[in-house]
Amino acid sequence: MSEIKLTIDGKEIIANDGETILRIARANDIFIPAICYLERCSPTLACRLCLVEADGKQVYSCNAKAKDGMKVLTTTPNIKEERKAIMEVYDVNHPLECGVCDQSGECELQNYTLLEEVNNQRYSIKDTHKPVKNWGFIQYDPALCIVCEKCVTVCKDMIGDSALKTVPRDSEALDKNYKDTMPKDAYAMWNKLNKSLIGTSSGSTLDCTNCGECTSVCPVGALISKDFKYKSNAWELDKVPSTCAHCSVGCQIYYETKHTDISNSEQKIYRVSNESHFTTLCGAGRYGYDFQNNSSTGKDKSALKRAVEAVKNAGTIIFNSQITNEEAFILQKLKNKLGLKLVNNEAYKYAEFFKTYSHVVGKSLYSADLDYIRSCDFIISVGSALKTDSPNSRFAVNNAIKINKGASLYFHPVGDPVMESIKGVLQIKSKPYSEEQILSYILKRFGKNLPDNISKYLLNIDFSDVNFPDNFEATLDGMLKKKSRFGLIIGADLYSSPQAHNLAELVGLIEIYSDFKILLIPSDTNTLGVIKICQLDKSGNGKRIGYNEKADFTISAFGDGDFSVPALNQQEGTFLNIDKRVVPLNVALKFDGFELNDIANEILDEVHENTIDYTVELFNKIEFDKLSNEFSNSGEDLRGYVVNSSNIEKRDVTFHLAQSEKNRIQGKAIYLANPVLQFNKFTAKAHQLQEKGGLYVSPEYAKELSVVDGNNVLVATKNGSLKVSIIIDNKISGNLAILPTFDSNIDSRKLFDGYRFIEAKINKV
Amino acid sequence: MSLDAFKNRNIGSQNYVPVNIENYPTSGWDKFKQVVKRGVGKELFVGLWVVLREMLKFKIHTVQYPSEVLPIGPRYRAVHKLLRLLESGNERCIGCGLCEKICVADCIRMDTRVDENSRKEVVEYSINLGRCIFCGYCAEVCPELAIVHGSRYENVSEQRAHFVLKDDMLTPIDFLKQQKEFSGFGALSPNADQLVKKTPLAY
Repeated sequence: MSEIKLTIDGKEIIANDGETILRIARANDIFIPAICYLERCSPTLACRLCLVEADGKQVYSCNAKAKDGMKVLTTTPNIKEERKAIMEVYDVNHPLECGVCDQSGECELQNYTLLEEVNNQRYSIKDTHKPVKNWGFIQYDPALCIVCEKCVTVCKDMIGDSALKTVPRDSEALDKNYKDTMPKDAYAMWNKLNKSLIGTSSGSTLDCTNCGECTSVCPVGALISKDFKYKSNAWELDKVPSTCAHCSVGCQIYYETKHTDISNSEQKIYRVSNESHFTTLCGAGRYGYDFQNNSSTGKDKSALKRAVEAVKNAGTIIFNSQITNEEAFILQKLKNKLGLKLVNNEAYKYAEFFKTYSHVVGKSLYSADLDYIRSCDFIISVGSALKTDSPNSRFAVNNAIKINKGASLYFHPVGDPVMESIKGVLQIKSKPYSEEQILSYILKRFGKNLPDNISKYLLNIDFSDVNFPDNFEATLDGMLKKKSRFGLIIGADLYSSPQAHNLAELVGLIEIYSDFKILLIPSDTNTLGVIKICQLDKSGNGKRIGYNEKADFTISAFGDGDFSVPALNQQEGTFLNIDKRVVPLNVALKFDGFELNDIANEILDEVHENTIDYTVELFNKIEFDKLSNEFSNSGEDLRGYVVNSSNIEKRDVTFHLAQSEKNRIQGKAIYLANPVLQFNKFTAKAHQLQEKGGLYVSPEYAKELSVVDGNNVLVATKNGSLKVSIIIDNKISGNLAILPTFDSNIDSRKLFDGYRFIEAKINKV
Repeated sequence: MSLDAFKNRNIGSQNYVPVNIENYPTSGWDKFKQVVKRGVGKELFVGLWVVLREMLKFKIHTVQYPSEVLPIGPRYRAVHKLLRLLESGNERCIGCGLCEKICVADCIRMDTRVDENSRKEVVEYSINLGRCIFCGYCAEVCPELAIVHGSRYENVSEQRAHFVLKDDMLTPIDFLKQQKEFSGFGALSPNADQLVKKTPLAY
């Protein structure tokens, strides 16, 4: 990208060509007012406040690209008059309920009204009756809405649900005199505002994946969280910057805490908020925050003693990847000292896949991150139910398609109506066990200068399990027109596949011989950190200690084990997230009992007061207290630090590319995944997300099985059977049922062999 | 924890800290010195003279408290009250939290929630009088004239820290007619109507 020089308000600035004036100004600490502008989304052009004068001409700075040598003035008397009139218009008929409004002063309408020195009202129009709408987690009060359309924009450009749209307001027309007397832009803005309100795209209620991002971007109190309504003023809440603990994206969040009530001074998390310009949360992150461990009984020395004895006598520690780097490091130290086995099946599979892949490409880490995906214009996703496995990866795909006019191929056996509804995504419902064929196809189609043995091999592959639609080649050619940045997202189906080794090699080859950069979505919150820190074992022996897993002696953050430790919102630590970035977690709620570090202090030769004393020994050797957790004005991610990829030994592809054993699943299959809003037992514990799991089936599959919501069915595979109730989920399609892992009452893993698909019989009981 | 703990005014056997007072003279010589200092010094006669003079005038200034109570100025800041709307009897407090925010002693807390009519309801409101410095900011900032200073300055209690809960401050509904409008700091000025800029209405 070439550099350009321009001046804004007399300040000389060097910027990248193609940037908008507003972004350049903000990155250089120059303030231009704007209500409807959203970073990373397309300009809405609803508020018109960002009006500036560029080379003597008035332009909207959110939309206008800067040019070399441009002279920009952010205010002129005329612009000032326009902005004041715009704010006056926004204030027309706005209810005077600031005293109880949930925005409680964090209101852009208030801010800009004061900033533009609005002290009287010149305009008026007859108000219309607009009742409050209840949309599940969200409440919409149209009376407070200023129709900046930020919610519509974020839902379309970032989330991909497109569940909101503008609907008619049914208001009287504006007084004709205003057209001549009012400032031009203010009148045009009002004319548009007077015709629209926000409504749902389909039906009377909001049909979406409940990410709540619309409430986060709302500049006034029109879209709010129903649970939080009237509970607290924003200024009473302490914002604790931290990292979401539910999936590998590790979004930056703020836990907002306050005393519980008048008679109880214990801190409580009231809500989670995010910097909506720079991060986007999914519903699990936004609503699944109160998973803290309340079962601590203080520093119980005898319990600690029992735990230490149990660890000393154990042969194996079983754990999962909802764990900080520091805890993983302590587990590894315990392994070194006591010769324990560390068992974490999910991370083990990821580690094996990762190792094979990284030796093929000769790099210690994969090449893409979510920022790269957002900058792509052609993305392929293989083996991940993106919407639920890694919501932010889905947001990134959608964002890339919308902003870069991109296209995407989404290969997955489970149909996803949300992905399908995104224009530009071609969903291909391939069969289970077809991942090898898909990757081979990608290599064949996009590989350049392939070695002879590989191209010869690819010639013989039959792609029948991929289920390509008719005229696929022509469609793909159309999709690939003018595309230059390619991303390949690989999901957890591949890590657990019986052909994982081949698949990893194929992914490596795609990286080497094509333009694709690869993103291997870590299958759980801190899987990437765990595999970089721990040497995992395939299986264990002796007595088993469970760390957040059930075992002979259970150390648990759920409060149901033999020894209680803090949950992830009660401790400091770091994650290594999907962007290969070490991101910090902070303490939102106190935990007054012992933690893993206290057990380690009794056993290891070294004693550390805090768990985070280990942070400095990890990755780039930076102390915990030196890790920042913020974004710059220009949206630059300043959280923690990025772990750089290093060159490692390159091994030849062993390449025993066997054909996938065909048609392994003859009948119907089930898939191991969670529904929208759920990731694990922690999300299921949060008060807003408490729900019972079941067998999730698409509406059409329910018809085929002739079952309705709540019917009990027996799901039987060759490994056993489970009685569960049917839950009809309109966020999946096709005839593949989903069994969840978040509900501790459903031991779904025992039905599976490791791979996420298995043949199953579903019978009504 | 329920609020009963706060409502229990029975102090029982609490540990009071004795105030450190200088010791009384013990030896005879010290007592003699104190008597001489007080007896021969001028102040004895000053007091006697004032009493004699006032007695001769036959004018008695003493207010016969408690049977006689002096009126107190509207700006006096005594123990708080929560007022009701005179017409409907509804609580004036809307739970905006400004008093909680402005309180310099950080002694106000309130719990709010959505009520059945989806309005904001103040479930509980407390002022810790042990910390309150009676600065009057809460009454001044209140946009609804809901929290005001009353005229009750007789604070007889075992502990200053006794909280004032919502029930203690709120005008009882059957005493609504006796409720007086507050005219201290934060009340509307007499010419408030003239200061209002009218918003045009399209009706």
